[in-house]
Amino acid sequence: MTDLTSRAPSPTDSAPARNVGFYAAWGIFIVAVLVLPLIFRSGGSHTTFSLIGIAAIFALSYNILLGQTGLLSFGHAVYYGLGGFLAVHGMNAIAAHGLPVPLPFVPLIGGFAGLVFAIIIGWVSTQRAGTVFAMISLGIGELVASSSLILRSFFGGEAGITTNRTDLPALFGWNFGPQIQVYYLIGFWLIISAIAMYALTRTPLGRMCNAVRDNPERVQFIGYDPHVVRYLSFCFAGFFAGIAGALAAINFEIANAAYLGAVQSGVVLFATFIGGVGYFFGPVLGAVVVTMLQLELSDVTSVWQLYFGIIFIGIVMFAPGGLTSLLMMHRPLLRAGTLPMVLPAYLIALVPTLLFACGVILAIEILAVYSQGGSGSGTIHLFRIPFDLASPMTWLIAAVLTIGGFYVARMTWRGVTDAWDRAMTVARERGYHA
Amino acid sequence: MTNAIEVRAVEKKFGNVHIIRDLNLTIGQGERHAIIGPNGAGKSTTFNLISGHITPTSGEIDLNGQRISGLRPFEINRRGLSRSFQVTNVFAKMTVWENIRCAVLWATGHRYAFWKNVDSLPEVRQRTAEILEDIHLTHRRDVPAGLLTYAEQRELEIGITIAGGASVIMLDEPTAGMSNTETDRAVALIRRLTEGRTLVIVEHDMSVVFGLADRISVLVYGNIIASGTPEEIRGNPKVKEAYLGEEDH
Ligand SMILES: Nc1ncnc2c1ncn2[C@@H]1O[C@H](COP(=O)(O)OP(=O)(O)OP(=O)(O)O)[C@@H](O)[C@H]1O
Ligand SMILES: [Mg+2]
Repeated sequence: MTDLTSRAPSPTDSAPARNVGFYAAWGIFIVAVLVLPLIFRSGGSHTTFSLIGIAAIFALSYNILLGQTGLLSFGHAVYYGLGGFLAVHGMNAIAAHGLPVPLPFVPLIGGFAGLVFAIIIGWVSTQRAGTVFAMISLGIGELVASSSLILRSFFGGEAGITTNRTDLPALFGWNFGPQIQVYYLIGFWLIISAIAMYALTRTPLGRMCNAVRDNPERVQFIGYDPHVVRYLSFCFAGFFAGIAGALAAINFEIANAAYLGAVQSGVVLFATFIGGVGYFFGPVLGAVVVTMLQLELSDVTSVWQLYFGIIFIGIVMFAPGGLTSLLMMHRPLLRAGTLPMVLPAYLIALVPTLLFACGVILAIEILAVYSQGGSGSGTIHLFRIPFDLASPMTWLIAAVLTIGGFYVARMTWRGVTDAWDRAMTVARERGYHA
Repeated sequence: MTNAIEVRAVEKKFGNVHIIRDLNLTIGQGERHAIIGPNGAGKSTTFNLISGHITPTSGEIDLNGQRISGLRPFEINRRGLSRSFQVTNVFAKMTVWENIRCAVLWATGHRYAFWKNVDSLPEVRQRTAEILEDIHLTHRRDVPAGLLTYAEQRELEIGITIAGGASVIMLDEPTAGMSNTETDRAVALIRRLTEGRTLVIVEHDMSVVFGLADRISVLVYGNIIASGTPEEIRGNPKVKEAYLGEEDH
């Protein structure tokens, strides 16, 4: 009871109570960025962390549009890519003229490039939201991507434009040759950008972005022009996308047409959506998951994009709020102490669900081998278990796992729903709603 | 003293359907003016025309002596006119507190600021808290607006409308769908919150209209057939025939 009364906000204290969860989330985030590369010390993991950091800034910038302002863009990579190209040209100019600009400042070049192009392109494209905005973003994406192959002197054609980050003046003895130094450069910009983007959501403009997302019509009757709100939001998204693009250019020491293409725009949409647009850190989680999937899946299977698509469809259908909303669903249970009520049901459901997934994977891999002109002989390995493709036994296993797994999984998921309802009822009785 | 609102010879056609015909309406400063009329008469359309939601096909509208016809809704709002909607029109996913605060931001001069922390603006915070107190929703401040009861949403609708401190307040059927006690409470609320301001209200409940209004205009088929004090309107045979006759008896 005392807990309940102390939680109730007093009418005069209007600042949102910064709860423990808020500081915990930021604390974990910053510590993870700083400490993870010290725990996982291989060069490969430093490369992975670098890619995740870049993807996280990019996805957070995308969420300024999608989650905060309700703008679905199919061309956000334009600002990422132009940021990357301008950064490469900037680095080459700095190196050629011996300018006293160390590498850590180069992301600002990318950021301002993204900002300037967003300022130019945004005014027209943010005139309307919804389908019109989405279509214009797609069109501009195509336009910029195709002109990148035409304007060869600036974009370098198919090969792109290369640079050498170690040619820039060193800072505190760091020349940014080793990957770990590049990682910390990215981590630094990730923390700065994340804080800035979070702060943006807490400004009058940031609040009005949410209002425009929820109800652009009503916004007009409280004094605001929704077009201006969308435009400013778009400019900020362009700025941070440019920073991400510049970091990518620093990391790979190259900028090419792929940076601003439709695939790159699609990946950031995937990452943001899979992570969840409803929570600030959702896109960060999405960036982690999508980057890992891109790296790991492409190593083990030739049809990794298919799995990517299946995962995306699964999220859209079963968890439209993304992975963070799935996690945050458990918060009231955790607070009320009723989480243990659902865990057994989860464990029971896990077994048939995994068997079902294995069946689907096996079926896909068999089909993939056949459809790619394989002879139908040979073996594939699933979790190190060899399966003979020519054997009817393999096909039977795939069918049984898929069909049987599906039915059993469906039954056990009913158990999960029931357990969930019971746990939630108790949580509500204890005063925890959401 | 200039009139708060002056509508002169306004026409509105949707396609070739003539919805508003030769509309003339004068509303004085500080007046409480009710617009009544049968369903589909064009009352909401009149609100839409004055607030800039739609533009007149022809004619002129002035607010405090300044031409506003042709301006966008936010420009009209910034000149001191604020309206509510017949169908609740709030920011459904944002909390009650945030709904009111958004409606306070422009009027307190913070506009599109992206360099200020919205939580540390004392005047915004204070005004939001006052309005929440006024509309009796303080205890619901952290609830998403979409989860409020119907009556609460109607009160929030009024709160958003008055939050910016506009001098002319237009309320479109604020008590529609409310129970008697809820209506009484809402009317008392409206009376108190629009003290010293100009009020234009569309209302079907005649006890509310005659209790609240200084003047009444009767709109039938997009045309004002009578305008005057409650007594004049009550005694007007045209009005009895066209409107009150069917409602009252
Ligand atoms: N955008 C529009 N396009 C076409 N017709 C419209 C439009 N808006 C309103 N109308 C028509 O104009 C007429 C007047 O509508 P309005 O909503 O102004 O009536 P009202 O007096 O507010 O009625 P009610 O009491 O039902 O709210 C109606 O016949 C309606 O169908
Ligand atoms: Mg109406």
